[in-house]
Amino acid sequence: MSVVIVGAGPAGTRAAEVLVGAGVRPIVIDEAPDNGGRIYQRQPAGFRRGARTLYGFEAAKAQAIHDIFDRLRPSIDFRPRTLAWNLRPGLIDTISDGKAGAIPVAQTILCTGAMDRVIPLPGWTLPGVFTLGGSQIALKAQGCAIGARVAFLGTGPLLYLVAYQYARAGAQIVCVLDTTPFTTKAAQAFALMRGGATFAKGLYYIAWLRAHGITIAEGVTSLAIEGDGQVEKLSWRDARGLRHEVAADAVAVGFGLKPEAQLADLAGVPFDFDPVQHNWVPRKDSNGQTSVEGVFLAGDGSGIQGADLAEAAGARAAWAVLAARGLTVDARAVARLDATLAAGSNFRAALERAFPFPATLAADMADDTILCRCEAITAGELRAAANEALATLPPSEVNRAKALSRVGMGRCQGRVCGAAAAEVLAASLSCPVEQVGRLRGQPPVKPIPILPAEAA
Amino acid sequence: MRLQRVAEMDRPAVSFMLDGAPADACVGDTLLTAILAQDGYLRASEFGDGLRAGFCLMGACQDCWVIIEGGGRVRACTTPIEDGMRVSRGRPQP
Repeated sequence: MSVVIVGAGPAGTRAAEVLVGAGVRPIVIDEAPDNGGRIYQRQPAGFRRGARTLYGFEAAKAQAIHDIFDRLRPSIDFRPRTLAWNLRPGLIDTISDGKAGAIPVAQTILCTGAMDRVIPLPGWTLPGVFTLGGSQIALKAQGCAIGARVAFLGTGPLLYLVAYQYARAGAQIVCVLDTTPFTTKAAQAFALMRGGATFAKGLYYIAWLRAHGITIAEGVTSLAIEGDGQVEKLSWRDARGLRHEVAADAVAVGFGLKPEAQLADLAGVPFDFDPVQHNWVPRKDSNGQTSVEGVFLAGDGSGIQGADLAEAAGARAAWAVLAARGLTVDARAVARLDATLAAGSNFRAALERAFPFPATLAADMADDTILCRCEAITAGELRAAANEALATLPPSEVNRAKALSRVGMGRCQGRVCGAAAAEVLAASLSCPVEQVGRLRGQPPVKPIPILPAEAA
Repeated sequence: MRLQRVAEMDRPAVSFMLDGAPADACVGDTLLTAILAQDGYLRASEFGDGLRAGFCLMGACQDCWVIIEGGGRVRACTTPIEDGMRVSRGRPQP
């Protein structure tokens, strides 16, 4: 029976490397046309930019991951353009180019990655508003900027990185608006210094942007995007409460990352609320093993740790798989990985504290702001559903609120609005956000054709 | 809003039909890039709140669906453009 790795990013690549080294030939599934994941996404054939242009300071790491993967290709069963849409005991349901499949599996390593964590804002569904991660993909994988005058807003390391990458590529940047006050970041400076190069790079991006005359505002509130059929302008209040307005035709927005953990959910892995990340994360032990037999987790899909730790976690989970299969485990390699993972997690926690999720921005969302972009449901509609049902059966958690309001029932299954919807609901019910729970995953994890060509 | 090409602009051209009108793109473009590089939207929301142009570009949000003649509904952000493709965005609501 096979070992299946879902996700060919940094975690999946390192997992495959360890397995192949031990003589196991894993099946590696990825929905994308090629390996690399989102962070080290490869550009399509025919594009010619070098690694340095595409990945900047991370060029050597990206190149290493690509080289390892290319070397592994003959020794793995790589299935790109394949969506794993359900994970049942011993079976992964897939669809690839319209063809349905089911892979019997003994051990699965889920390296499913992350996506941007979003807070709906007035005007965020207008054409021209994209996630920070999406804006980076436009540049990296398509050689495009999302607009002619781009504003960056949100918080987190990606905010400054993508703005920097856009500026370097010659795009015009209107401003960079960070919801985190300077003092919050400064309070973590000492702990962040342990991150060494990573911290230094972050400071470099910010300094570079400032040196090139790009407006950076910290501690901003009251963000709103306006326009008629497309983004036309952006307004905000600065840390002193003064209102600003600026013309822009595109906005990149994101508030950190959240795990894409739907398959772990379907497999039955329990989740915990991580107060530092402010995310629900699937529970695993330090070697990546879960309480569900044969299910292992690695990388950002099991809690946001960043690409470097994803590599270590991928390798670590692969060793755990080898142990489960009764194969020899290199204790020294495992000890090295454990040390890397332990050291890295302290830095990561400091980074999360330096760029906290601005929960009140979500909780205080105006009633007329569209919360669920799939079905254009407003925050007010969710609050009304919460209040209406409060008298009889309290919608004490998000899944019940979903049934009442349809928030989270759309085609994205709450990937986009789920985190903010939980804040709105928790504020309505005056309880901590972890008390309202998280949206349960449903198969298929993404829309698939109703009539896949089963026989084809 | 239009996507602005800032690199890799010397790729070979491909021709496709966008809502019945001829349009050009580059080999390696996704449908999303091919469309948004020349016109500012991909679809109209079924719920009457206006036009949409995708959001996440990584296959998660499902807000970039367009119709390909003979191919049905696809995600524009993960579907490569092909020469001669006939793409429809549906009719924007007034």
